[in-house]
Amino acid sequence: MKSSYREAVRAGIRDALQRDPRVFLMGEDVGAYGGSFAVSLGLLEEFGPERIRDTPLSESGFVGAGIGAALGGMRPIVEIMTVNFSLLALDQIVNNAASLLHMSGGQFHVPLVIRMTTGAGRQLGAQHSHSLEGWYAHIPGLRILVPATLEDARGMLWTALEDPDPVLIFEHGSLYNVTGELDDGAGPVDIDTAAIRRPGGDVSLITYGGTLPAVLEAAEQLADAGVDAEVLDLRTLRPLDDDAILASVAKTRRSVVVDEGWRSGGISAELSARITENAFYELDAPVGRVCSAEVPIPYARHMEAAALPSVERIVAAAREVTGNGG
Amino acid sequence: MTGPLSPSLRPRDPGHGRHLLLQMLRVRRLEERCVELYSAAKIRGFLHVYIGEEAVAAGVLESLSADDTVVATYREHGHALLRGVPAGAILAEMYGRVEGCCRGRGGSMHLFDAATNFYGGNAIVAGGLPLAVGLALADKMSGRPHVTVCFFGEGAVAEGEFHESLNLAALWDLPILFCCENNLYAMGTALVRSESQTDLALKAASYEVSAWAVDGMDVLAVEQAARTAVDAVRSGAGPHFLEFRTYRFRAHSMFDPERYREKAEVVAWQARDPITLLRSSMEENGQLTADDWTQLQSEAESEVAAAVKFAESGTLEPVEDLTRFVYSERRAP
Repeated sequence: MKSSYREAVRAGIRDALQRDPRVFLMGEDVGAYGGSFAVSLGLLEEFGPERIRDTPLSESGFVGAGIGAALGGMRPIVEIMTVNFSLLALDQIVNNAASLLHMSGGQFHVPLVIRMTTGAGRQLGAQHSHSLEGWYAHIPGLRILVPATLEDARGMLWTALEDPDPVLIFEHGSLYNVTGELDDGAGPVDIDTAAIRRPGGDVSLITYGGTLPAVLEAAEQLADAGVDAEVLDLRTLRPLDDDAILASVAKTRRSVVVDEGWRSGGISAELSARITENAFYELDAPVGRVCSAEVPIPYARHMEAAALPSVERIVAAAREVTGNGG
Repeated sequence: MTGPLSPSLRPRDPGHGRHLLLQMLRVRRLEERCVELYSAAKIRGFLHVYIGEEAVAAGVLESLSADDTVVATYREHGHALLRGVPAGAILAEMYGRVEGCCRGRGGSMHLFDAATNFYGGNAIVAGGLPLAVGLALADKMSGRPHVTVCFFGEGAVAEGEFHESLNLAALWDLPILFCCENNLYAMGTALVRSESQTDLALKAASYEVSAWAVDGMDVLAVEQAARTAVDAVRSGAGPHFLEFRTYRFRAHSMFDPERYREKAEVVAWQARDPITLLRSSMEENGQLTADDWTQLQSEAESEVAAAVKFAESGTLEPVEDLTRFVYSERRAP
């Protein structure tokens, strides 16, 4: 059946609410408003205000309450409207959710899922355009998911809810309106492995989430220029699927990491370091990177476009590492 | 806050009084020994002792049942002990031994114990409040008749998480008792220097939370107030807030030169030592003999001696286990 990414996420939430009475959704405007991005539209009517729980604008409070509810045996899905607002809940995410199991010597599990929108590209200015999933991937104790496809948008949530530890799911805002075919019975998917979205032999384009569509388009353009690109969708930023990354690079001997986050200290730096550490002698070229410009994301359309990874920049970077200057 | 115990309060029988006295003594003796052990470099990291404030934990925890939930702060040795965590496991934790209640991964500020529903042990001021709200929410959504008690200092009142948590608890009518241990100083910053409104019960009441202040040096007053509040919370009357007016006799931590308060102020509060107050009152009322007192002291000291022995003989977790407990080793049920 035809589905949008938004509908796929909603279907995943509905699956979870139907399958487990311990599951509930909580966050700002998830109920009466239907979700800031309309993800939870209709769920309040279907499941009631106890399980589709509107919260005040208290990110630290309701994220912490989600942690406590998880400790108390529930399976909360906490929606933070955007990654930008998650900064107000960093204390709870880092000091409690990520640390409790270890601090307690293995006694207290936090089976919590936090969903949030991430990314730029919609002229929302600096404070609504962050891509901080790479930041969160720095934290031991968290699992970081970045669904890019309809199957993952729907299926990652259930697997995340079965995980005994805190899982953060980042949904790129530009993906919600992407539509495609999704099996009506699409179910849980694994949250451990990366996936090859386009096989190829000349260069590995490594990306995730919101930049996957641009990378796939870039791969098509590269094909026209005689470069056979492999597209690897990381799917999970922590833990990284090292085996899949290294297998792809061992095959193509060249790689470009495409990440909407900033270059300095970002997940692209981590990926580049791992490839260099583990596949240095397999490489025929330095690891390339296409990231966002190191500026707070500007409002003006042309300036924002210039700041973000684009098909053109991805193609150019791939041509550079493959020695195909076009 | 000066003077003796509230004249209207008496232990309901000598046994009750002696029990409360013993509970406070157990905490006092354990922490006095902790300070010695810190000076002897047996304990490292930060160490925050509760000496002077024991009546609060003793009185409040007396009012709970085994299924209830406790969330505390980084000054939580006494809460852990009185909740039922063995003194040996607490001390072994501070020694960094695998026999500690958190295998030595937590230390003094992060005591946790699943067996007694003791959820720490939080070193971020006010960080435990949202957690407690969630634990109470889980109880309410699951229809369990439990009460969550959340301890925090008056310094937490300045944090946003305090306000967010009281609002959420009241909005959702949760079974939670907020216990504010007002010892007048957030580290070295006096309440009057950090809050425009120093009536903390009034602040809590502004969230439609039933709130009142209690003499935190009077363990009988603490227990009576806590029982009243816990019973109300358990019966569905929604969140309650108690401000316990108390005082920390010792420094904030082992690194605190106490430049921010006068010695005379400390001495004045020491005259209202909660242990001395109850002891004197019971002696005056013929509820405590000299032999009783000797017996209680000896009991507390024996427990501490055994705990030290337990911690001293503890073992170190193998370094190969370093990366355990970052992620779960089993799937959730």
